[in-house]
Amino acid sequence: MVRLSIGPIQYFWERQQVLDFYQRVADSAAEIVYLGEVICSKRRLLTLDDWFTIGKELRQCGKEVILSSLTLLEAASEQGALKKLCANDAFMVEANDVAAIQLLSSAGRNFVTGPSVNIYNDRSLRLLARKGLKRWVLPVELGLNTLKELQEQRPEGVETEVFALGRLPLAWSARCYTARSHNLPKDDCQFKCLEYPDGRMLKTQEGLEFLVLNGVQTQSALTHQVLDQVAELDALGVDVLRISPQSSNTLRIIEIFDMARKGADLGPLAAELLSLLPLGACNGYLVHQAGMDHDAPQAA
Amino acid sequence: MELVCPAGNLPSLKAAVDNGADAVYVGFKDDTNARHFAGLNFTGRTFEKAVRYARDRGRKIFVAINTFPQPGGFERWQAAVDQAADYGVDALILADIGVLDYACERWPDLRLHLSVQASVTSAEGIRFYHENFGIRRVVLPRVLAVSQVARVIKESPVPVEVFGFGSLCVMVEGRCLLSSYATGRSPNTYGACSPASHVRWEETEDGTNTRLNGVLIDHYGEGEKAGYPTLCKGRFQVGEHTFYALEEPTSLNTLSILPDLREIGVSAIKVEGRQRSPAYVAQVTAVMRAAIDHCMLDPHGYQPKDRWMQKLAGVSEGSQTTLGAYHRPWQ
Repeated sequence: MVRLSIGPIQYFWERQQVLDFYQRVADSAAEIVYLGEVICSKRRLLTLDDWFTIGKELRQCGKEVILSSLTLLEAASEQGALKKLCANDAFMVEANDVAAIQLLSSAGRNFVTGPSVNIYNDRSLRLLARKGLKRWVLPVELGLNTLKELQEQRPEGVETEVFALGRLPLAWSARCYTARSHNLPKDDCQFKCLEYPDGRMLKTQEGLEFLVLNGVQTQSALTHQVLDQVAELDALGVDVLRISPQSSNTLRIIEIFDMARKGADLGPLAAELLSLLPLGACNGYLVHQAGMDHDAPQAA
Repeated sequence: MELVCPAGNLPSLKAAVDNGADAVYVGFKDDTNARHFAGLNFTGRTFEKAVRYARDRGRKIFVAINTFPQPGGFERWQAAVDQAADYGVDALILADIGVLDYACERWPDLRLHLSVQASVTSAEGIRFYHENFGIRRVVLPRVLAVSQVARVIKESPVPVEVFGFGSLCVMVEGRCLLSSYATGRSPNTYGACSPASHVRWEETEDGTNTRLNGVLIDHYGEGEKAGYPTLCKGRFQVGEHTFYALEEPTSLNTLSILPDLREIGVSAIKVEGRQRSPAYVAQVTAVMRAAIDHCMLDPHGYQPKDRWMQKLAGVSEGSQTTLGAYHRPWQ
């Protein structure tokens, strides 16, 4: 049976909210938990030691714990932090940038790659497997046909994970868009991200809710979700489905995916799932369409 | 500092060479490169002419094969690598780990540059590509401040090329999926951002709407000049305000910091714009040539000349330029 993971929290939440969240995760059906700050190094309400503490507690509850690395590296301090993270001997690391792959592979350590590491073909997969890749997350813009081909060519000992639910991580920049939307420079951002636990909405001039600003990251406004394809992904030999945390309802979403992977009737679950998302749902990428599309009409 | 200029066709290549480019970069007429636009790029015979034109004049030619093949299409990328190698080009500009692995194994003597699309912003990242594929140059994404570029250069095992002029990607290259979110096609998968096939210009009662796959990217009032709906350069609403929420239509221009780039040890300056006209290539190449020569001769006395700045502004997006991420306040 496909396993469930909880991806790293992409937003900037209050410290207590993070601690409460992982307390509840401990009792959830998810087998794997990714921890750490992947967006902005200025978000420091939790230190690396805090993540270790949370990780050890989750591990005691039977979870596999992975520490996720920062996605876009710019400052020297960020590279120092990355070295420290990659040198830890307690947890495996999810590399979200090739720099992390280099640090881990040259130290002879196994690793996971996150969705922002570009693995688009089997030759890339094979090379990284030789470097210590144990699990990879399919880049979010790739669809089922590509996944199928990659699964057929997948090297021995490498697991495949699919981003199964969450606002899509679409882009990263040197510029902080949340700060910019408050007319603040990045260096004096006043931690405005704390005000937007699911990101800040960007609409078109016609009012279409299109993208979400999350500091230096830009996300989709719609939540990508693959509930209808859980059985198909399982049949393709996908090992892990990733649920990306949102500020509320994440635990119920995990229950829904847990029921889905066990073969429950999807009809009522799909309707409930839609009601738990901050906006609507999309799944276009999975079916080789525009990411914002949905292959099935949705209930209002 | 080597001047590396773009060419989307033979007239542009000649314009680049004739106006002083040290190297010209080109792509083939398919989705193996990140400027996969109709009517652009090179096939067999014109490619041969391009290589000869550059070589006869002592200039280098680089081939960008910098998109990310999926398993079904991998052979097309292999063919592109082989074709470029057969013609004896001076370097390939590659991004995908699989394509790099192929090129390095099949053509061990061929010079490989790491494309900006590989999205590498640190010396550790560069080392990965250097140790595994023997890359001999890296092109940095447009997300680093000058001081950060300086540190990368200091620690990098290979020389560093940076962008000097042209349309500005505000997102880190190779990891931007905004275009495929709206249209299904991205630079990574298709070789184009905000593809023309999905663009619509729509006259309205009070001006012009520009759309990308139906999504309103911008609205221009009467008398306002409508620009191409590049997704990250439209006006959107955030909170109470409607503004250029991501970036304005603007081009990167580094003329004012050339001495700094020289000082920190930048090896090559790249001009963006394979999709632009031969006239653009000629003008920008001529200005950059003059500026780099001036800067190398007299770095301390160097000042960008007004007429250079005017010329570059004239061919810039929205007729305005910026230092982008090089300049911390932009961030």
